[in-house]
Amino acid sequence: MTDSSSDTRKAILERVRKSTSLLPEKTPYPDYPNDVARSAPHLQEENPLENFRKNFETAHGIFFDTVSKLKEYLLKENFRVGFCDPALLDIFHSALAPEIELTTTFDRSRIDVCAFGITRAAGAIAETGTIILNDETTCTRLGALAPWVHVAIISPKLIHETIGDAISALGKDPNTIWATGPSKTADVEGILIEGVHGPGVQACLFI
Amino acid sequence: MKTQPIDQFAAHLSHEVHTSVRDSSVKRTAQRKDALWKDFEDPNALRRLAGQIKQHTLDHLDTYIEKAESALKANGAQVHFAADAEHAQKLILELLHKRNATRVVKTKSMATEEIHLGPFLEKNGVESFETDLGEFIVQIDNDHPSHIVTPIIHKNRKQIARSFEKFGIPLPNDDPESITKAARIFMRQKYLDADVAITGANFLSAESGKIVLVTNEGNARFCLAGGSMHIALVGIEKVVPKDRDLTVFLNLLARSATGQQLTVYTEFIGGPKGATQPDGPQEMHVIFLDNGRTEVLESDCREILRCIRCGACLNVCPVYRQASGHAYRSVYPGPLGAVLSPALAGSHFAALADLPKASSLCGACNEVCPVDIPIPDLLLRLRNRAKEERLPSPGTPPLGGWALLATRPFVWRMAMLSTQLLNLLPLHHLPLPGLKSWTDRRTLPEWRGGEFRKWMKARKGKSND
Repeated sequence: MTDSSSDTRKAILERVRKSTSLLPEKTPYPDYPNDVARSAPHLQEENPLENFRKNFETAHGIFFDTVSKLKEYLLKENFRVGFCDPALLDIFHSALAPEIELTTTFDRSRIDVCAFGITRAAGAIAETGTIILNDETTCTRLGALAPWVHVAIISPKLIHETIGDAISALGKDPNTIWATGPSKTADVEGILIEGVHGPGVQACLFI
Repeated sequence: MKTQPIDQFAAHLSHEVHTSVRDSSVKRTAQRKDALWKDFEDPNALRRLAGQIKQHTLDHLDTYIEKAESALKANGAQVHFAADAEHAQKLILELLHKRNATRVVKTKSMATEEIHLGPFLEKNGVESFETDLGEFIVQIDNDHPSHIVTPIIHKNRKQIARSFEKFGIPLPNDDPESITKAARIFMRQKYLDADVAITGANFLSAESGKIVLVTNEGNARFCLAGGSMHIALVGIEKVVPKDRDLTVFLNLLARSATGQQLTVYTEFIGGPKGATQPDGPQEMHVIFLDNGRTEVLESDCREILRCIRCGACLNVCPVYRQASGHAYRSVYPGPLGAVLSPALAGSHFAALADLPKASSLCGACNEVCPVDIPIPDLLLRLRNRAKEERLPSPGTPPLGGWALLATRPFVWRMAMLSTQLLNLLPLHHLPLPGLKSWTDRRTLPEWRGGEFRKWMKARKGKSND
């Protein structure tokens, strides 16, 4: 912190302290339950995975039941080259080869070479159909972001029911990202376009 | 009679812009209502809760700033404090120089708009790109955002396509899809080439030191995957006490802003990148920005600092719908801006003192506010301040006579009695052009002033019996 910043810190805190000390009464921190913002209409299915699937698809995500269905989709769309987290290579190499080529290093000088990226996710949120990525679990931020299709591989054990539950489980990871559907914008005349800077297709597969 | 500046602006607004602003605002307001009332039994209770959490934070802001500072440092971030726009600019430039950084990518941030960071960086030889599509279009047009969530609400596809071509980005046509694709292609290399990513913060948890950023496009994710240093400019009021409070705010923010259950990307940043992570900033700086906020905290408009920048009050406001965001002549438009802009202006209050009058005080802004800010009350307080400072008030009819009448019961009664004489005057035949243009087409009803008081008096008498 520079001297000017240090002096400013002192001045800001003093000024804040003075103004708050003059308040006749201070608003207390409210007591509220953890599920205060639980949205029941989004949690009507029998189990967390079904709730997740419904909400994920509402958010325009593509839910694959099996690796073979993923392969079918990639071939249909002619996505032949993709990035795969090295920890997942054993599963996907045998399932997708030889028609689909996988690379385990994400080259930032050739980010548009990979049509898809397959990475592990740290969890999911059933209430919103959200996938959770973080630095510890997702081996490369760019590999999960730059390709047109991102396929998140999730363990069914890691589904949180609500946003509140997922916040409680944030932990110490320096970068946690919740992705709810594909990247999108409505900046031009309010018309919704998917695939702005991030993936145009957000997919997932539970293993 | 001279009109208010905002009326003058609205009078010259093109039909195209007016239609776009009005239609989009009406749509967003309906989406907000649907998203909140379908999902929650009592969204108003949630709004009040959010307001209480924010007010509690403001009432204990010194404590929470210190807690947030400690948590940020524990996460490995370096913390700075900026008194005003100039100081924040200087701190950012120092950080860029230390790293020999010449290329910057930015996410949408009202705090950086406040300090005019883009033009400042350009003036100092730093290439800086706004990465939010709307903000990028504003940048290449040398324009200003007209809405805090949808910055190019005032532009159509033809205008945008012309801007792209002028800037040197080829387009096959002016379809929104082509525009978006061209921006995607153009921006990718900028992310990877950038030395530094500059962001704002939607929230900062004092408990964990996590900065929360929300975007729909994924530009913040890309900024924080490409660049090697992250600078976050954070208004001191962005702090929330605990991580659990984010549940309340995130649920309300997306629904209030765009009618979404949750914004597409919600990013929780707790320091520089992880040790095994190949992408992302190795260095993180957080600059707490005052820039008038402590003065607002000392004032009787402190509740405006609860604002979470959702834009719902703009969308619902009848004045904003008619006038558009640029009519407010400041970074923050709409009802929020009519309070915050003059409140933050410090010694320049007089230049924006007309803004609080740009309201019918209908109260819709308060009803949609996710943190329950009593905006109409704050507008009245600022009007009062302008009056006390004896500032000129163009467009306001002289009300001295009315004040005399309304504050003296005897004078009021006399006036009521004497105005009965109006019924005897041949108003239709008076040679007054202004009056004639009205009475030619309308018949003035019989004046019945004082009847209510008589009725009230009689009623009181009866109830006493």
